[in-house]
Amino acid sequence: MKKSVILGAATIAGLAAGAAVAGTVDDVKARGKLNCGVTTGLVGFAAPDANGEWKGFDVSLCRAVAAAVLGDASAVEFVPTTGKTRFTALASGEIDMLARNTTWTFSRDVDLKFEFTGVNYYDGQGFMVPKALGVSSAKELDGATVCIQTGTTTELNLADFFRSNNISYEPVPIETNAEAQQQYLAGACDVYTTDASGLAATRATFENPGDHVLLPEIISKEPLGPLVRHGDHEWGDVVRWTLNALVSAEELGVTSANIDEMAAGTDNPEVNRLLGTEGTLGEMLGLDADWAAKAIKAGGNYGEIFAQNIGEETPIGLARGLNAQWTEGGLLYSPPFR
Amino acid sequence: MADQTTNPIAFVADGTIPPSPPPASQTGIIKWMRENLFSGVTNTILTVLSLMLIYVLLRNTLPWILNGVWNADSLAQCREILDGKTGACFAVLTERWHQLIYGFKYPDDAYWRPNLAFVLMLVAAAPVLFFDLPRKMLLFTALYPFVAFWLIWGGAIMVPVVALLGCVAAGAVFQKFGRNSFATGFFGAIIVALVVWNVGGALIPEDANEGAMLSAVPSRDLGGFMLNLMLGVTCVSLSLPLGIALALGRQSDMPLIKWVCVIFIEFIRGVPLITLLFVASVMLAYFFPPDSTVDLFLRVVIMITMFSAAYIAEVIRGGLAALPRGQYEAADSLGLDYPQAMRLIILPQALKISIPGIVNVAVGLFKDTTLVSVISMFDLVGMIRGPILASTEWNGVYWELLGFAALLFFVVCYGISQYSQWLERRLATDHH
Repeated sequence: MKKSVILGAATIAGLAAGAAVAGTVDDVKARGKLNCGVTTGLVGFAAPDANGEWKGFDVSLCRAVAAAVLGDASAVEFVPTTGKTRFTALASGEIDMLARNTTWTFSRDVDLKFEFTGVNYYDGQGFMVPKALGVSSAKELDGATVCIQTGTTTELNLADFFRSNNISYEPVPIETNAEAQQQYLAGACDVYTTDASGLAATRATFENPGDHVLLPEIISKEPLGPLVRHGDHEWGDVVRWTLNALVSAEELGVTSANIDEMAAGTDNPEVNRLLGTEGTLGEMLGLDADWAAKAIKAGGNYGEIFAQNIGEETPIGLARGLNAQWTEGGLLYSPPFR
Repeated sequence: MADQTTNPIAFVADGTIPPSPPPASQTGIIKWMRENLFSGVTNTILTVLSLMLIYVLLRNTLPWILNGVWNADSLAQCREILDGKTGACFAVLTERWHQLIYGFKYPDDAYWRPNLAFVLMLVAAAPVLFFDLPRKMLLFTALYPFVAFWLIWGGAIMVPVVALLGCVAAGAVFQKFGRNSFATGFFGAIIVALVVWNVGGALIPEDANEGAMLSAVPSRDLGGFMLNLMLGVTCVSLSLPLGIALALGRQSDMPLIKWVCVIFIEFIRGVPLITLLFVASVMLAYFFPPDSTVDLFLRVVIMITMFSAAYIAEVIRGGLAALPRGQYEAADSLGLDYPQAMRLIILPQALKISIPGIVNVAVGLFKDTTLVSVISMFDLVGMIRGPILASTEWNGVYWELLGFAALLFFVVCYGISQYSQWLERRLATDHH
């Protein structure tokens, strides 16, 4: 430890210039590890399991990128970040990419100098009420008490929604999701509102999840996606097209089960281009020809990752909804691989 | 004999009457209850109310604890086993025990290392805490930081050895020159230590960590209650000497030293600890190039140590101020120089007065180590709030986990407080 202090202090000047010049792709390859920023823990999206292995929806994306670049899905150093430390960790170069259920907004993209490389989960603010309340739409919530986290965009969305529908409500300010669960269960508020995925995860922990319903209204857009630093477009392309490869793979029917068979060559030229048996897409990215095949093998295509971590078979039980393929009425639409 | 039988006195007691038992109302438990619980109308009412309160508390908590489920894989399974009855789900503690104590990334075949370091810590702390023990044990105490570093972080044994050599060289230089001139000894020691560390550091090969006897564990992999204990012990033991130095510096006649100490103390006391931690974890990353940052654990230790040193300095300044002026004058009249006067007369008395305050700061500091969870270090509270509550199996278990954390902290803090009370009694020199 002492050694690193001394070395660190002595080499500041020397390394500062060098670090700025080399691209992130080369950095990651030279390091042999991808530094991926994740949350310190969010049910279904990222959390270490009993053996200390990181698991989750966002984690799978990190693994896919590591597999595409390094050929090894386990060559990831997961750097846990909080809502407050995530952006500085990325800006300072401590992490190469951030996959931490971060909403893509104008100011984060433009003002904070980051580049969102796509959307891996379309979220939105929803409402949860006890079934016994007999409410079937958020517009019937006139005069309700609402548990809401303070200082978040959800608070502003809620005020907008109720004002535009000309109904009144009484906010019960709370600090964390844990506090919200207790307050809601204790009956301190009639309604709990936060992102729909969070509501579903919260409801899954209740003793009787069936006694609570999620209302159909989604009152805000929360597109969550991975992001990288501004300016390094080669690296941004790698992350963007890894995500697109996972989405395209689902659309084209490439799964972790049949990928070896398909990688041998198929009749579908788009599949061949994606898996690298035709064309030079990998070379254009500066990666191996079978980069996308490796990324898909890491955890399956988008649909498989979704089903495994947050889908209807899991305790969280999220429906695909907006996150279905565009061919099935959702918003997932990958540009073509050509 | 005849006149004896005609003794006019009918009865003479030939012994004392055996004592009869006291009335039932004046003995044993009944007396105690009458005196302590039911000695008046108000007290009786209060007693009854308190008993009712205790009953209600126990009625609600006892079944919860006694029905507790200790073996299950998830909260859902716990609820299945309980089948509608009240009961705690302690299974989360058994299933995630290692994560709570060591964090989730410490290699599981190396758990014996922190365990051994903990036991050795007790041995090393004993001669410092209980001064009836043989003084030779202090030698082990001096070696302990290096042993513990090697045990917990592992890696090349040369790193702690070089660090130790640097400290030994610095100590030797100080011994040799410090007697004549404090400044020569002090700065000479620092220079010698830096030279030894730099030369030694350069001699250690880059790949020394590979194939080392104990596998290297990076700081990021430390966690759980182990991290709290490590931060607490390191920071308390570092901040005590620093705090004494700051307190003395603040009283110094030399304006430069005095003002450096005053500004340091006032600045650190005026800033919340959490701000300092954010600076340590976030801002410092901007000042260093990406690949050569100072270890996060070290950054946090520096910040917490500075914070508690400022508080301890003020506590000790209170102790110094409480000493009568005559003590300082007595030291001067004996012809002692400043270090001697401080070491032999002033500090022993001032520190004794300051014990409750110092312990107060130490206990507070130990609990403040949980704040590192906000800068995404996985201490005990960080483990609970992050990975464990965010797992699909255990999301929703609050009372059991946080109660366990409270219990662990209570045991340690109560122990510290009991020790300080013993120390005060042991050091009491004023005879009543």
